[in-house]
Amino acid sequence: MKRRYSVDRFLVQRLGVSLITLVAFLTVIPIIGVFGYIIAKGVPALSWEFLTAMPSNGMRAGGILPAIVGTFYLTLGTAIFSVPLGIAAAIYLAEYAKENGLTRLIRISIINLAGIPSVVYGLFGLGLFVLFLKFGTSILAASLTLSIMTLPVIISAAEEALRAVPQSFRTVSISLGGTRWQTIRKIVLPQALPGIITGVILGLERAAGETAPILFTGAAFFLPRLPGSPLDATMALPYHLFVISTQVPEMPIQIQYGTALVLILFVLGMNLVATVIRSRARAKRQW
Amino acid sequence: MHRSLNWRETILTAVIKTCGYSAIVFVILIFFFLLREGLPALAEVKLSDLLTTRWYPIENHFGILPLLTGSLIVTLGAMLIAIPFGIGTAVFLSEIAPRWMREILKPLVELLGGLPSVVLGFLGILLLSPFLRVFLDLPTGLTALAGALLLGAIAVPTTVSIAEDALDAVPKSYREGALALGATKWQTIWRVTLPAARSGVLTALMLGIGRTIGETMAVMMVTGNAPVMAVKITSIFSPVRTMTATIAAEMGEVANGSTHYHVLFFIGLVLFVISLAVNIAASSVVFKSKKRAERVLS
Repeated sequence: MKRRYSVDRFLVQRLGVSLITLVAFLTVIPIIGVFGYIIAKGVPALSWEFLTAMPSNGMRAGGILPAIVGTFYLTLGTAIFSVPLGIAAAIYLAEYAKENGLTRLIRISIINLAGIPSVVYGLFGLGLFVLFLKFGTSILAASLTLSIMTLPVIISAAEEALRAVPQSFRTVSISLGGTRWQTIRKIVLPQALPGIITGVILGLERAAGETAPILFTGAAFFLPRLPGSPLDATMALPYHLFVISTQVPEMPIQIQYGTALVLILFVLGMNLVATVIRSRARAKRQW
Repeated sequence: MHRSLNWRETILTAVIKTCGYSAIVFVILIFFFLLREGLPALAEVKLSDLLTTRWYPIENHFGILPLLTGSLIVTLGAMLIAIPFGIGTAVFLSEIAPRWMREILKPLVELLGGLPSVVLGFLGILLLSPFLRVFLDLPTGLTALAGALLLGAIAVPTTVSIAEDALDAVPKSYREGALALGATKWQTIWRVTLPAARSGVLTALMLGIGRTIGETMAVMMVTGNAPVMAVKITSIFSPVRTMTATIAAEMGEVANGSTHYHVLFFIGLVLFVISLAVNIAASSVVFKSKKRAERVLS
């Protein structure tokens, strides 16, 4: 009786572990497949012309330069607004805020900002920036919308990086006569910088790949020239991929895969930079 | 010198404090603008008309129930995928896989999380929906099922990443204790590790699901965009349309200030309230779990 019980138990163990392993591989293999497939299909489309020429023949030929430049501008604009604001907010939470009701309210707000659907950000940007503040459909309005969406990612990552700096660093600086701001500026921020940069890049990476928030705030369907000012609308890689895969009939498949690959390289390139910064900083860390 | 330093400190501190409050300001601003543009919908369309089953804005039919059920069925489908695959993969990475394998596979899964949803939608159109059409012998592959599969792919990375962290945070002594008492590895996972990480795993699931409710592009591209009621089990094999996709697809074409415009903002308001509820629920689970962890560890 006892013997049978233990045989069952180990049978269950073997079945369970195999099942979990199977599930994990069913999850991982399609991921490898997806990336491999896009790379295999997209690489033949890549050429100097594809990256540097204007689209022509109703986007069915030529290159995707305005979309690449547009996504670059949008990411840059997002960074200009969200990075200083996000880092300052993180400094407040990590260095100044006391644990009280107000701070909890700030934390709940950050969690909620992170959870708001991207298309709702689009509505908000349309209501506030495009119509109320009269920026029109523009790089400016789209960047502001994206930067509010990116803010919670940057704040959370930067706060975590600031908190990871040992308390003794601050104590020593204060005891040597440094003011609170001097301590933050000269001691805490430099130590936390790699972590902050990683968080910033991961936030901007999300912004670069988003379509829904820019749909009604700044994205142009087809604009065969480069944007001249922040008040111009612009083409963008994710929106362009949406347009050419759903809205344009008889679109050459190669251009679609090429655009998808360029978008992925843009986003994953940022991800790679963030990973490298993080691992190099970990290796050099003094505490 | 000393005086000017004090001045600078005061100003900088004030600026930093103001930035600290910005998150609250933005949540209020978003809520305010959704109310401002969305509430007029209730004056222009009766609430009883909004809660009908016909969405046909050109003829002033603004029943949002098909969109609600569309969002619901796609999200439920995504949950059915995210729960077993998300938690299963997290358990595998944390408890079964050797260390080197985890170091490769976890970043790989997180890479999927960084993939723009429009790329998933693109693959959904080109690969997934033709496959579903042929494999399941459907009139079209652009169905709720295709949307649910893509949303599952979007929820899984978030779930795996956070759930794996939670499992990893369970003290090693728990597992050693269970194994020393003669439990098999499976019994240890099932009866000790998973229950100990329960609240973290639950948070992982809620955040994963939270991402799916608000997901727009992938869903819009593969669900076929037919605003019909999805209340039967078989609805999963027919085209549906979600709330997010409706906003994204129609907002570009409506006149500012029209009834249709206000109703789309009203739908945005509904989405905002849902995400608020989900996130507050998820964060209260986190708070509870923290207290519990502090109790256990002290």
